[in-house]
Amino acid sequence: MTSKPLFRVLAPRAPAVADATVQIWFNDQPLAVPGGRSVAAALLAAGVQRFRATPVTGAARAPYCMMGACFECLVEIDGVPSRQSCMVTVQDGMRIHSQEGARDLPFEPSHVSEENAHGR
Amino acid sequence: MAADQVDVAVIGAGPAGLACATRLAQAGLSVVLLDEQEAVGGQIYRAIERSDAQRREILGPDYAAGAALAAEFARSGAAYVPNASVWQVTRERSVHYLKEGSVGSFEAKRVVLATGALERPFPIPGWTLPGVLTAGAAQILLKSAGEVPTEPPVLVGCGPLLYLLGWQYVRAGVPIRALIDTTRNEDRWRAKRHLVSALRAWPDLRKGLQLIRTLREAGVPIHEAADDLRIEGAPGEDGTERAHALSFSVRGVPQRVEANVILLHQGVVPNTQFTWSLRASHRWDDAQLCFTPQTDAWGELDVSGIFVSGDGSGIAGAQAARAQGEVTALAIAAQLGAIDQPTRDRDATAPLRKLAEARRIRPFLDSLYRPRDENRVPQDDVLVCRCEEVSAGEVRRIVALGCEGPNQAKSFGRCGMGPCQGRMCGLTVTEVIADARKVPPATVGYYRIRPPIKPLTLGELAGE
Repeated sequence: MTSKPLFRVLAPRAPAVADATVQIWFNDQPLAVPGGRSVAAALLAAGVQRFRATPVTGAARAPYCMMGACFECLVEIDGVPSRQSCMVTVQDGMRIHSQEGARDLPFEPSHVSEENAHGR
Repeated sequence: MAADQVDVAVIGAGPAGLACATRLAQAGLSVVLLDEQEAVGGQIYRAIERSDAQRREILGPDYAAGAALAAEFARSGAAYVPNASVWQVTRERSVHYLKEGSVGSFEAKRVVLATGALERPFPIPGWTLPGVLTAGAAQILLKSAGEVPTEPPVLVGCGPLLYLLGWQYVRAGVPIRALIDTTRNEDRWRAKRHLVSALRAWPDLRKGLQLIRTLREAGVPIHEAADDLRIEGAPGEDGTERAHALSFSVRGVPQRVEANVILLHQGVVPNTQFTWSLRASHRWDDAQLCFTPQTDAWGELDVSGIFVSGDGSGIAGAQAARAQGEVTALAIAAQLGAIDQPTRDRDATAPLRKLAEARRIRPFLDSLYRPRDENRVPQDDVLVCRCEEVSAGEVRRIVALGCEGPNQAKSFGRCGMGPCQGRMCGLTVTEVIADARKVPPATVGYYRIRPPIKPLTLGELAGE
């Protein structure tokens, strides 16, 4: 499930400053990750490279923008799908699953598609 | 939140939003600042209040300067709502937001959109692979989590943020595999026209030159005039297809560097999701290659009572954003009767001068770091819509069938229909269609953006 991490935590000059490790579950495997950061940053530092698979082709995706804009880091957190992992602070005991394909997609009013068809 | 009516709602806690909310509160108005992150600072001053001396030293004095702004805001008396995703602002100035799974809303006499900038899309082959991130994303990992690439990364593209990130990595002792710069000599010649005004912004210019010199002195291999960028994938240890190498050409000579972290950047563009959703007027900015909302000198849109402040109204950087925030606050304070017009005009003199100074270097930078056509209007096989996996070729095919604009492309080809709501493909789709139809981007227009601006489940909506 995990590989050599793409990102590492810089060694703090004062060890007391280091954020404590928290225990989470990723795809039902226990995982120790650095705390005090977003779920996305924690998973990247713990060697998770595949956060989700696209609904269309099943291609692997991982964080791209880290600021809530790209929606590439979507995962399921404690049973809630489509969470932006870069926008959620990691907590001890979180149960996280990679998001496989289409899930409860965001609400879109029904008139949108109709209007777009007529608009340019 | 208790009140259901406030004087001013400010959305976004970056330099513009912080400066604006602070000034409004100082004028005695009731102000609510809503922000999506857990702490103030926006992306430029991300995690500024939590950063220790080590991190501030790595990130540099321009980052550390954000601490004073955050402290002044904390003392101002403005209400602050963190972790709040604003998903709708109406033309009547109702503000709807989602915070920790619950929705809330209130009315505001004035609204300030200080939602800043997004990284410009960088659609090249392989840009969707795990391990490919924006330079901005890498900087956020450094600012908010103290994280840096494990293996030496490749930095690709052009623009001040790319060199700044490299400079910060050098200061953090992080080796860099290579800087692959798309800037060419012709860009330098073009930019020389603006050198006189840039020289008047000499401190900024010198700072930029210093960044690149630091990279050279640190022995970072720099390849200039790179084109034909292509990211190659390979299966990682867990079988995931991820970034493995970047291939490119310099003056026709093919080259290749291996890296599992590839950081892309070719400038930032205004985040226009709210202004489009409000049906405000926008214009195509041919120097910055993006749409910007049209405002008056104080930042007010052609939607009465709603203002845009900071990079969301056109990219000019943090210093300009801060000055704009102050100018907008003064205009609102005068409109709401908290100060009189002579006071507004007197107090606006200094921030307006700062704004003009901060903008002096922009024509030079916009010209020098104008992203290359091939990296904005990609070849057929490149995905433009990351969410729905729609390629540039598919968009061109839809245009050939008679589609004239992004909304038809969305209906017929699903591009822009995914959860990012066009943030990652909007400008690309506009430019691909404009190029295919041989018309200006302004004629093609942009996606029709509708609320919710941020995803919301029906269950959450039912809770309102």
